[in-house]
Amino acid sequence: MWKIHFILLFSRQGKLRLQKWYTTLPDKEKKKIIREIVQIILSRNQKTSSFVDWKDLKLVYKRYASLYFCCAIEDQDNELLTLEVVHRYVELLDRYFGNVCELDIIFNFEKAYFILDEFIIGGEVQETSKRSAVKAIEDSDMLQETVEEYMNKPAF
Amino acid sequence: MGSSEMCRDLAGEVEKLLKTSNSYLRKKAALCAVHVIRKVPELMEMFLPATKNLLNEKNHGVLHTSVVLLTEMCERSPDMLAHFRKLVPQLVRILKNLIMSGYSPEHDVSGISDPFLQVRILRLLRILGRNDDDSSEAMNDILAQVATNTETSKNVGNAILYETVLTIMDIKSESGLRVLAINILGRFLLNNDKNIRYVALTSLLKTVQTDHNAVQRHRSTIVDCLKDLDVSIKRRAMELSFALVNGNNVRGMMKELLYFLDSCEPEFKADCASGIFLAAEKYAPSKRWHIDTIMRVLTTAGSYVRDDAVPNLIQLITNSVEMHAYTVQRLYKAILGDYSQQPLVQVASWCIGEYGDLLVSGQCEEEEPIQVTEDEVLDILESVLISNMSASVTRGYALTAIMKLSTRFTCTVNRIKKVVSIYGSSIDVELQQRAVEYNALFKKYDHMRPALLERMPVMEKVTTNGPTEIVQTNGETEPAVLETKPPPSGLQPASQNYLQILEINGFHAVLFSTGIPSITAYNKNGLKIDFTFERSNTNPSVTVITIQASNSTELDMTDFVFQAAVPKTFQLQLLSPSSSVIPAFNSGTITQVIKVLNPQKQQLRMRIKLTYNHKGSAMQDLAEVNNFPPQSWQ
Repeated sequence: MWKIHFILLFSRQGKLRLQKWYTTLPDKEKKKIIREIVQIILSRNQKTSSFVDWKDLKLVYKRYASLYFCCAIEDQDNELLTLEVVHRYVELLDRYFGNVCELDIIFNFEKAYFILDEFIIGGEVQETSKRSAVKAIEDSDMLQETVEEYMNKPAF
Repeated sequence: MGSSEMCRDLAGEVEKLLKTSNSYLRKKAALCAVHVIRKVPELMEMFLPATKNLLNEKNHGVLHTSVVLLTEMCERSPDMLAHFRKLVPQLVRILKNLIMSGYSPEHDVSGISDPFLQVRILRLLRILGRNDDDSSEAMNDILAQVATNTETSKNVGNAILYETVLTIMDIKSESGLRVLAINILGRFLLNNDKNIRYVALTSLLKTVQTDHNAVQRHRSTIVDCLKDLDVSIKRRAMELSFALVNGNNVRGMMKELLYFLDSCEPEFKADCASGIFLAAEKYAPSKRWHIDTIMRVLTTAGSYVRDDAVPNLIQLITNSVEMHAYTVQRLYKAILGDYSQQPLVQVASWCIGEYGDLLVSGQCEEEEPIQVTEDEVLDILESVLISNMSASVTRGYALTAIMKLSTRFTCTVNRIKKVVSIYGSSIDVELQQRAVEYNALFKKYDHMRPALLERMPVMEKVTTNGPTEIVQTNGETEPAVLETKPPPSGLQPASQNYLQILEINGFHAVLFSTGIPSITAYNKNGLKIDFTFERSNTNPSVTVITIQASNSTELDMTDFVFQAAVPKTFQLQLLSPSSSVIPAFNSGTITQVIKVLNPQKQQLRMRIKLTYNHKGSAMQDLAEVNNFPPQSWQ
């Protein structure tokens, strides 16, 4: 069936910044897969296409500055649309963080995951409007306590 | 995400949430429903009532997820599919609105409104229109509209066009629309963006079977893609090129493909070579062209040619009778310089063995005949024998070729005798055995030698499995043959019978079958095992069974072990198999010889046990074989 199996973000040196899995796999399997895929993608040169056939899935990857965004989709999925999905995610991050860079994702990785979760659930896109997705995060931010509020709370 | 038990428990909640007024919740509920259906398909009916109003949504998020939910339901159940067909006009309307509507900053991507939703709707239309004329007709207009109006300058436009093309090809669209779709793909091929070229080639590969002519129009572009730098693009272009070869364009295409074979990566060479052989066999305009092409493949990619190609080629050469002189001359010239490519050397040795007399007589109509002496021919065959680069199989070919020349050559028989006797003490058991037998031919059976070694008759292709075996005689049958007296019914038919067994270069005894029908002993899970029978002339209680195991699935079977047991009154001898791997797609087989001793002439029965590894797991099966033909044991 059509869906995204997993999304990986990693740097040019192969350090993993974000991993989101939409299928259940044991931890060891996940690590093995990550190692394999990072190796495959980092070894591709500039001239090759953004699609790699791997096992029975297709890997769609794109490099934004120093980060590689890699999506694994099924054989029948539309690869070009997946590139758009990746681009849309980057746009959402950009909108939220304002000119996002790798450091933003490193220091605020939980926000990156929240944004991803607002955009994709269970491997399918759920919200196609940029504004709504970002608004949802901003709304939940409002509900979060700030550090000062926490410190000012009476302690029992 | 949730397991199936959790899904069952929560499905009711999800269904309720689907109806809430909060769109934020509804879209999430819809996707949860998708997941529930994926895990527990039986619960699909539960969500049916909620879906009634789904397409009336204004909110794109909910609309999108609803389309996903509908898609999932239609994919899973043909009833749902029929039920939702009536939604086609509504979907068409929504799509139309999306395209025609003005700029919407929320959903816009480079000037296109909500491409994600558009693609999803196109996909749903594809499922609904498949195999259904009415729905397909209803979609024709909108598909044409999307196809012509979408901006192609950015990736997003191309994504939508790609989905549209896939939809057009899948439903029962009118031919004009299909041609439009293929032209779009052709345009994609010319695009600078590699991704788009890749996508175009992939889809063309899917459609080439049905819309062959339309794809032919883009043949030159596809052939150009063979020269691309990207490996995946090259592979797809190669597969597509093979699919497009036909009687008219075979010469031109072959030129390009041979050039590609020369310059491509090693991982492609085996596939390319096999593809070229197949295409050449089907569409060769002339025998000479065919042989030239084969020669070219053997010399450029000789070491990558698959093992089963050698017997096929030999059969082809035997059948083109008028080309024998030309062929043997070209092959001789080819290995004169370089005898490291094993398949080439094998074919060449075999031909020289068969047609050596034509070679030295200097008659060749097709090209300038070369002057070769018998000694020179023996020189090259001996160097093949001695060389470290020659595989054991190749050496076998060379030795047999030398032996055959003893009847074709006139002045060098003594030299041949010497060579043969030297190898009587060779370390390689196979060579030693052959040499010893040939020696015996010289000494004791010299009168039979000319008959035994005469020209091979033209072979018919029995089955695809027939001529592609390397027979596993291990010589056991031969001493039996050489010790019996030839039957008095004339030398000719007798020598044919012996010839079949002596021709140990690689033709299965099935070719000249002894008249006992063969059986399929086992056929399950893509594994098929055939038994063929021969009765021994020396001992009427002995039946020699040759098994062939073939594999029609998409994955190889490895570590294949065949074991057999017979009732107490029988005795069984199992010889070693040809290999332990059965390649996929019936592209090769394992052969093994079984000898059964049946002194009491009882009905032959056998229990077989098969163990092998397939798709990563160990498989084992037991079976009884009861359908032995009476001639095999009476």
